[in-house]
Order: sequence, then structure tokens, then C-alpha cells
Amino acid sequence: MITLKDLKTGKKARVQEIVGGIGLRRRLESLNIRVGKEIRKVSSLPFHGPVIIEVDRCKIAIGQGMAAKVLVEVLDEDTPHGKS
Amino acid sequence: MKILLMGNPNVGKSVVFSRLTGANVVASNYPGTTVGYTRGTLKLKGKKIEVIDVPGTYSLTPFCKAEEVARDMFLKENPDLILNVLDSTNLERNLYLTLQILEKKVPTIIILNMWDLARRKGVHLNVKKLEESLGVPVIPVTAVSGEGIIQVIQSIEKILEKKEEHIPSIEKMDDEEKWKFIGKLLLDIQKIEHRHPTLLERLEDASVHPIFGILIALLVAYLTLQSIIGVGEFLIGNILDPFFYNYYGPLITRIIESTFPSGPIHDILIGTGYNYMESFGLLTTGVYVPLAVVLPYVSLFYLVLGFLEDLGYLPRLAVLTDNIMHKLGLHGASIISLILGLGCNVPGVLATRILEDERERFIALTLLSISVPCMAQTAVIIGLLGPYGIKYIAMVYGTLLTIYITAGYILNKIMKGESPEIFLEIPPYKIPHIGTLLKKTWIRIRGFLLEAIPFVFLGILAINLLYVMGIMKILTGLLAPIFSSILGLPREAAATLIIGFLRKDIATGLLAPLHLSPEQLVVATTVLAIYFPCIATFVVLAKEIGVKGMIKIGILMVTLAFLVGGIQHLILTNT
Repeated sequence: MITLKDLKTGKKARVQEIVGGIGLRRRLESLNIRVGKEIRKVSSLPFHGPVIIEVDRCKIAIGQGMAAKVLVEVLDEDTPHGKS
Repeated sequence: MKILLMGNPNVGKSVVFSRLTGANVVASNYPGTTVGYTRGTLKLKGKKIEVIDVPGTYSLTPFCKAEEVARDMFLKENPDLILNVLDSTNLERNLYLTLQILEKKVPTIIILNMWDLARRKGVHLNVKKLEESLGVPVIPVTAVSGEGIIQVIQSIEKILEKKEEHIPSIEKMDDEEKWKFIGKLLLDIQKIEHRHPTLLERLEDASVHPIFGILIALLVAYLTLQSIIGVGEFLIGNILDPFFYNYYGPLITRIIESTFPSGPIHDILIGTGYNYMESFGLLTTGVYVPLAVVLPYVSLFYLVLGFLEDLGYLPRLAVLTDNIMHKLGLHGASIISLILGLGCNVPGVLATRILEDERERFIALTLLSISVPCMAQTAVIIGLLGPYGIKYIAMVYGTLLTIYITAGYILNKIMKGESPEIFLEIPPYKIPHIGTLLKKTWIRIRGFLLEAIPFVFLGILAINLLYVMGIMKILTGLLAPIFSSILGLPREAAATLIIGFLRKDIATGLLAPLHLSPEQLVVATTVLAIYFPCIATFVVLAKEIGVKGMIKIGILMVTLAFLVGGIQHLILTNT
């Protein structure tokens, strides 16, 4: 498991855990970033810039700090779920 | 009877609202366009029904001012019916709010908006089954083209006749149960075909890419400036100036002079003569400045802004500037209030409602009011300094940008706390619909004309009266020592500060008859931009920030204006 922050741009992953307060979890959940969801990292801006992820055809920018609190499992390109 | 429009941000609530009520509200392609509520009326068989457009929210637990407005409206307005607008391409997330609404047992109609887009994206939905599972009417709609709106109105009619029969039957669930319910429901009613990314979708990713994104942003900035300033200058030089100088001016002068050959009424209406920037008559400068100097730039600004808004570019700019804005105690989303503020500070102030915490809002509002001139002011600055070369315009804006950055940096250091992280949905790009874009631009231009012209007239009238009664002489006399010693400006320039409270454009225009050197103009226009907001901005600012905050910002503005003007004066006269 790695954090969303460390996930490589362009890779798909599945959310495993959100470590953080209830407020953060609620907020991420209301945008459908929750445990079990498949996401793709679209971009990441340098110098502590935001991380952009895609969840169900929807793109969301979140801060690096938040991204560091989302643990994900990288999906292999060859598995049926990870195929792009 | 009262209907509330609710839904996630950027699902098209405002478009549905316009379709239902015929009211004109500004809709754009980014979350947080609507930050306050708008009331309108829908006429049904002679009955008037109130419809309220509220800001979008992802849940009934608010994270910012705009979302708070939405929750409060839902809980306190006692609506008879909720129109829950959903983005058909993204049901899973949208349905979460739907379940929160349905468990409150208020009659609800579900509008599946962006139906056309869903089909294009390969999202297929079984409306019938969705209706059965949720127990409320579900209507596919494409609000932009109006498709499905008639069915919505028919459904509203039916429900309002027998409200009690349409109370939703969905039971209260906790969060986990909600997501489970939605997941199971979607397996049943939604099919998604895989589609290859279109060119527009590739461009979406490129414009938030660390390198291509910045290149695209620079290109957008360049094209924006070119199309506003380049086209604006062309329009003024080739159409408006010739019209005013060759036709309107001589005509109006002849008409007035035939009735009032001289005297105070002649002076108030016509002023001192043919140079419309300088004469300060109601019918000369009062018409010329708003229509021939300001209107072209304001119109072009809103046209370009509207295009970028509808395309969905602004949130991408927010992402790209996020790390810089963090150094100033803000985050990327505050760039939206800055950009709107460059048009008019009033919508800029309101746009800070999408920011999450009070510290960030205070910094954003302070920076906006001390260093962001509106387009009307910019237009007159270009008119005054343009003839001396772009160098002088760059000095004014360079100074203001430096203040924006320095003040933000310092506020971030001295204020307790730190800026929250960005949390922003990035909408897909959409090719702007020309008709909608032109209509929105017109709504904003009309707003400008309705608000600006009365104040411009009032401003000119005030100038004339203050001069005639000798009050201006006393006031400028008081300010004169500061003006000449610190700023190196003649005492008459102090009049701009008095009128600037009414309208910044006309106040800036007051500098024209003084025949200042370009260096003096730089100092005077910069001071005028910083020292205090115009009355319209002042009112909304005081409302948003409270009296105490307003006093803090007020003191900061006045001090900073003279400090910065003084430094400019020292540098410019010694080089």
C-alpha cells in the first residue's frame, strides 16, 4: 500500500484506507473518494502543488496533505480492473 | 408554494432555474458559480410559485459559506417541493445528497440533467427502475437545450396538487448504508460503455499537466489580454471616438447651447467643452466615459471571461496557481475571486464564499480590495496612460501585483493558522454554446450599465456641485499638503479621492483635465486603485466581513495607498 501522493501519475489504484479525521473522510466521501473505489491519478503539480485524481469520469483536485492521507493499492495494468 | 432547486455543484441548477422561471441568472461551468440564492417565480395555471436557486452542495454537512447557504435554505425555508438536480454522468456521487434529501420526507422530483452528455459518454440509465427504487419521479433533462423541462413542469403540477401523497418513503440510513444502497442500485440501472478519450478530454489532462498546463495558461493569458486590450483599442479608435467626436458631441452641444447658451445648467450638462474626457459635463463626459471608454473593455472582458467559464477553464487555473497562492495564505480556488474581481470587485467579493475558512476569506478579501482594480478603472487607466506607452501601464499593474504578493505573504506570516488545502472538482471541458454565452455576457453588461451609469451621473453631478459650492476647494485644500509633499501631485488631484468613493472610473477620469506628467499619472492612478473601494464594493465587503474587519481593511488601505504612492513618487522622480 502506498499513499495517493506517492502513486505515479497515470496509474490506477484502489482506495484502501483514509487515515484522518472524520471531517476529512466525510468530505472525501461526499465526492465519492472512499474505500473500495477505483481511482486514476491524472496529474500532480510540483512544489507541493495539488494532486488531481479521477473517480468515475469525474476529476477532483486535492491538496498534497490530503493525498498523503489516502492509502491506495496500485492496480496492475494486466488485471481486468486495471486495464486502461 | 415554494420550490427549492438542490444538487451538487456544477450540475446545472441555474440553467434549470432560468428555464423554469425565465429569470436571468449567470450559469457557468465550474463549481461555485452560485454563491447566494436567487428567487424567481414559476406561473402554473395562473398560480405563482416561488422557485429558489441555491448554491450547490455535495452533502448537507457544509464545508464553506456557499454550502452553508444551501443547507440553511433546505432546513429553514420549509419548501413544498425539492427539485433535486443530478449530473447524469455521475450518478453515484450525486445520489448521496439525494438520499440525504429524501430521508427528510419532503416531496422531491429528481432531474437527471446533462442527459445528452451522458449518452455521448456512453452512460446508459434505466429511468423507470430508478424511479421505482427511489419512489419519486425521475425525469431526464437537457437543461441547456430545454429538453425535458415540460415534463418537469407537468410533474410539479401533479405533485403540488396532492402533496401529502408524494412524501418519499426512503428510510433514514447511515453513511455506509447509503453508499451500499447506491452501489446496489447502480448495478441494476446503470450501464457504462467504454469510450476512448476524445481530443477535448486529452486537452483536459494536458491543461493540468505541470509543464503543458503552464504553457497553456500563458497562452490563455496572452490571448485574453490581446482580445480585450487589442480589440478594445481598435473599437474605441475606429468606431466610438469618431462617433462621439464627429456626431454625438457637436449635436448635443448644439441642442443644449440653443436652450442654455451659458450659465450653471450649461456647465453641468456640457462642461467645459469638446474634449469629452476632460469637460466633465453630464451629457459629455458622463456619457462618453461609461459608453466609449469603459463599455468596450467591460464587454470584451465579460465575453472572454464567459467563454473561459463555460469552457471550464477557471478551476484548472486554480490548480496550476495553487502552490503560489499557498505562499499568500490562500489556495488555488481563490484565483476565481481574483479574476471575477478584475471585472468588478463586487462579484469578486462574493466569490470568496467558496473558500473554507475565515482566515483565508479575510486574506482573499483584503488582497482583492487593496490591489485589484476593476475593468472600469482599468479602461480609464489605459485611456489616460496608453498614449504615453505601455511602460507606464505596466508600472501601475506591476505595483499592484507586487502589493498583492507582498501583502499576502505578510498576512500569511502574521495571521495565526495556515491556509487550508485545495479541494475542488474539475469539470469536464464543454464547448461553450454561443447563444448562452452571448446571453450571459449581455446579463452582465446590462448589470454594468444599470449600476454604473447612475453612479457616473451622480459622481459628475457631485463634482460640479462641490465645485460650485466651493466645498471641493476646502476639501482639496485640506488634503493638498499630503498630496504635494508625499505624492508630488497638485491639490486638485485630491478631488479624485473624494469622488472615487462613488465610482473609480469617473474619479480616474478627473485626472485628465489636470494635464499631469505620465509619472504623476502613475502615482495618482495607483493611489486611487488602493485607497478605498467604491461604494458598491464597500457595501458588500462590509456585509461579508463585518464592521470590525472592514475597519481593519480600511486602515490598511489608506496607509498603504500613501505609502506606496510615496515610494512610487520617490522612485519615479529620482530616475
